[in-house]
Amino acid sequence: MDRRVIALTLLVSAVTGGAEAQSFIPEARAGGKLLLTGGVSSIEGSGGGGIATWATVTGYGEEDGIGANVHATFVDLPDYQFRTAGFAVGLWDRVELSAARQAFDTGAAGALLGLGQGFTFTQDVIGVKVRLTGDAVYDQDRWAPQIAVGVQHKTNDQGAVIAAVGGQDDQGTEFYIAASKLFLAQSVLVSGTVRLTNANQTGLLGFGGDANDDREAQFEGSVGWLLSRNLVVGAEYRTKPDNLSFAAEDDWFDVYAAYAINKHLSVTAAWADLGSIATFDDQRGLYVSLQAGF
Amino acid sequence: MIGRSLFMAVLVGSVLAAGAAVAQDPAHGPGEEAVDAYAVADANAGATPFTGTAMFEAFHGRAGIDRMVDSMLDGAKADPRTAGIFVATDMVRLRRTLKEQFCYVLGGDCGYTGRSMVDAHDDLGLQPADMGALIEHLQNAMDAENIPFRTQNRFLARLAPMRRDIVTR
Repeated sequence: MDRRVIALTLLVSAVTGGAEAQSFIPEARAGGKLLLTGGVSSIEGSGGGGIATWATVTGYGEEDGIGANVHATFVDLPDYQFRTAGFAVGLWDRVELSAARQAFDTGAAGALLGLGQGFTFTQDVIGVKVRLTGDAVYDQDRWAPQIAVGVQHKTNDQGAVIAAVGGQDDQGTEFYIAASKLFLAQSVLVSGTVRLTNANQTGLLGFGGDANDDREAQFEGSVGWLLSRNLVVGAEYRTKPDNLSFAAEDDWFDVYAAYAINKHLSVTAAWADLGSIATFDDQRGLYVSLQAGF
Repeated sequence: MIGRSLFMAVLVGSVLAAGAAVAQDPAHGPGEEAVDAYAVADANAGATPFTGTAMFEAFHGRAGIDRMVDSMLDGAKADPRTAGIFVATDMVRLRRTLKEQFCYVLGGDCGYTGRSMVDAHDDLGLQPADMGALIEHLQNAMDAENIPFRTQNRFLARLAPMRRDIVTR
């Protein structure tokens, strides 16, 4: 009898003790990542830097949580304005879903190109990214980076103009593999991505051209120096195909600073050199991006 | 007769108690709850220590490390995200072993007498988000100790791989 009472008491205390401990630790958790380690929003909506996509899954959800954000980006160039806005979701630090709408406003250049003042190309980009292996932040005893693969499908609304300048298609699909690594002891982030693409100016001028229609491997990469928990500065480079004979296409480059006010709001400012776009050379200007999320 | 038996029982009891205390030392400090026996080894710290004393000095020696650990644990205990982790934790022991571990890893003249990272965390059920939150409290504590950001990151880089042993779900 006594033994049974003792056993019952132990059982009850074990169950309530267990339940008590469980109640303190919820299963799904938001904001598990450290500040800035989810990256910011690239121009195509995927998580990364500004013009380069990274292997990181966007947002602050760790493997036990989800993250999501919205962003708006504005690039003021001498002859054009480039605007993009979108949203992205990161699921359990494994899968990233993203969508962005880009507007490439030709402004006064549109009139000179015979398109009309303020003629605007609009492109929608939807993307999926999957982290395959590695942890860019925590695997500090290994050289292996975090690796992810992704797909982006882009649809441009100006098929007639694209065809008129020699473009082959108003939509295209790109495939990429990205490797990112934080060298924490050095406070340095390095990321590189190979993208199979035939996009002209990332698709803003369509896909394929009279000079080349095939997808080629192109590179995009970022380096970043962590100056504080909130601030990273760095540079990016992106190579691009040159498919249209009417206008040479240049690689892109930028230097940036990304500042996270907290895990809900970040600001990225950059000086971007987008080279020659549709015969207008030296398209260099200020890049500003805001991201809000969790 | 009865008195002699009682004397013997007390003697045997105190010898056993002393024997138990000796067996637990140095893995068991004063004011700490008993833990199951384990092999004491510096390797239990789970990280290769820095060579030289530069890092130890950058963290202001044992006094700085002690302040940092107390500040980190006070912050984590007060944080609703992480308070639950410490509900059933022997804080006297945790403060001692964590101070030892940080001192050892930073290249101080300390031995680590605590359990391995796997054994110390296997019953806690920590999630990835807990690891992040604990690091944030360590960062706050290092900020309070005025450790430069790049120096903080050198230390964190040594601790980061422990996530594989600390996070169990």
